[in-house]
Amino acid sequence: MRNEKRTEDVALGIRRRVFEHTIRNNGGYLSQACSAAEQLAWLYNEQLNLGAPTLPAIPKPFEGVPSPNNPNYHTGAGYNGPATPDFDRLFIAPAHYALVAYATLIEVGRMDEAGLKMFNQDGSSVEMIGAEHSPGMEVHNGTLGIGLSTAAGLAYGRRLKGDKGKTWVFMSDGEVQEGQTWEAIQAARFHGIDSLHAIMDVNDQQCDGAMDSVMEVGDIRRKMIEFGAACIEIDGHDLDAMRQAVNEPHEGRPLIILARTSPFKSMQILEERFPRLHYVRFKSEDERARFNTSIAEDLGVDPVDYAH
Amino acid sequence: MVEMVNRPYATAFEKFAAGNPDILCLSADLTSSCEIDGFRDRHPDQFISMGMAEQNMLSFAGGLGLAGFRPFIHTFGVFMYRRPYDQLMASIAYPRRKVRLMGFLPGVTTPGGMTHQSIEDISVMRSIPNMTILETGDATEVESICEAADSIDGPVWCRVLRGSVPRLFDTPIKVGEMRELSAGDDILVVTSGICTEEALRARSALAKAGLSIRHLHLHTIKPFDAKTLLDHIGSVKHGVITLENHVTEGGVGSLVAETMADAGVGKRLIRLGLKDTYAHGGSRPYLMRYYGLDAVALVKGIEDLMGQQFGISEDDLDTARVEDVHSLVKAEAL
Repeated sequence: MRNEKRTEDVALGIRRRVFEHTIRNNGGYLSQACSAAEQLAWLYNEQLNLGAPTLPAIPKPFEGVPSPNNPNYHTGAGYNGPATPDFDRLFIAPAHYALVAYATLIEVGRMDEAGLKMFNQDGSSVEMIGAEHSPGMEVHNGTLGIGLSTAAGLAYGRRLKGDKGKTWVFMSDGEVQEGQTWEAIQAARFHGIDSLHAIMDVNDQQCDGAMDSVMEVGDIRRKMIEFGAACIEIDGHDLDAMRQAVNEPHEGRPLIILARTSPFKSMQILEERFPRLHYVRFKSEDERARFNTSIAEDLGVDPVDYAH
Repeated sequence: MVEMVNRPYATAFEKFAAGNPDILCLSADLTSSCEIDGFRDRHPDQFISMGMAEQNMLSFAGGLGLAGFRPFIHTFGVFMYRRPYDQLMASIAYPRRKVRLMGFLPGVTTPGGMTHQSIEDISVMRSIPNMTILETGDATEVESICEAADSIDGPVWCRVLRGSVPRLFDTPIKVGEMRELSAGDDILVVTSGICTEEALRARSALAKAGLSIRHLHLHTIKPFDAKTLLDHIGSVKHGVITLENHVTEGGVGSLVAETMADAGVGKRLIRLGLKDTYAHGGSRPYLMRYYGLDAVALVKGIEDLMGQQFGISEDDLDTARVEDVHSLVKAEAL
């Protein structure tokens, strides 16, 4: 698909959509949009080689889980185009970034904006925690640590079939607390799976608060290199740095880009909520109104008229 | 004399998988213990060493399934579901990946103790949607487990016997069917896995005591043919007894109990197996005796069900096979 927007504008659009959704619904994954907007914008608008969507712009309702008796079952991967040999694949490993991922699909023209209105509605496939059938999703990643292993297996299988397409994973830094992440890197290195790529949103935040207060993880880059990945650390809001990072040589090993980010980038008032940023729900109408005004100004839009 | 077959899985897997590029062989550092070392050496292009990292292995296999392959995962059964249960669900069971989970050392077939004995795997797998469960009871079933598993459009859990395995049957596993080993009309005996051989040891003594036994062997535990089981139950006068190498909760005993309860069958049922307990380390005959999984336990169970003693002593039973703990057909004494 042809880029219709600059990547900077896609990132801004992601933040605006997640902001509007969060204010309107008095809750949302606002901080994740702050930290990850550039990464997802860059992946979809520049880096990933994806075909045109194979699913309708307005998401179909939930059509059931996989079972031998459910012919209607489908994954949400169709929003990323067909799974053919030359195209890339993307897993969103932290499924709670789904709101940000859906906003991205809208910004790059892969999903209608009506899709976001279906977010977390009963009977909708646009689930709050992205499921296999949710737009842009292909596998289950609700529990952290699973995504990179699954992508490594897919990449290995695609290599056996001679596919040219790469397999990408969008990850979050909390996942390095899970042992499976290290198992996956170790295996990917041992088997030389260099078509495996990941970009990790290192925002130092997790559900209970700042990561260092919950479980220190040390020098992630050094650990990843020790376990066998090629790993480069960049400013996760710097698109040029991403463009450079992907060129890092990594023959015979996966490439993991650590994108150091701010959990309140472009929404400075969110800092008031630090260190509890995982899911932002306003504690009072006054707080909601103040955030509405402040963030709208930061993002260059009108405040959300949520009374109607 | 029962024919013994050495390392039946080794031969069967290689015959089945070699040269089929859609089949991949995964191992978590128990390659010779799962009898796939020869396959690894002769077919390295189809073999993937995953190391001692089962969580990654299960999700990785899910990814291979997504890429269109049919991975056969090999490790001891217990290592395949206890630690990586979440990965089993999310990466394999939910999306119905065609991953074939070959679990060795079912129940007390290892002296490895609690850490090595999968005694509740059937119960766990029965509760997992989309999962098929097969269990081998002899060499012929081990030899046919690969074809049987690979005929399933979805994930399959297999309890696989290894080492020196007796040949009891001359026909392969037919998924969804059950074997009728005798057609008596007093009592229905339902067994699976290694317990079937124990029931066969008791058969002639029970016949001499005047009991007419109907004996079913289950190799397919899920999906289950409830109607056929109910027909068999309807053919016997006194009731049903189950014997399994597993805890009775959630295993074959539960399966039969649920089938009877659902259909409103009012006959007696006695369930033999591990009774809400872990086992400890020891030889198979010792463990089967200690935990009441052998022919003697079955005879006592039948006496209980009938409310009478038949005077059958251990000497009246056919000879038990005693395997060497240290045998050339096993990679180690486990």
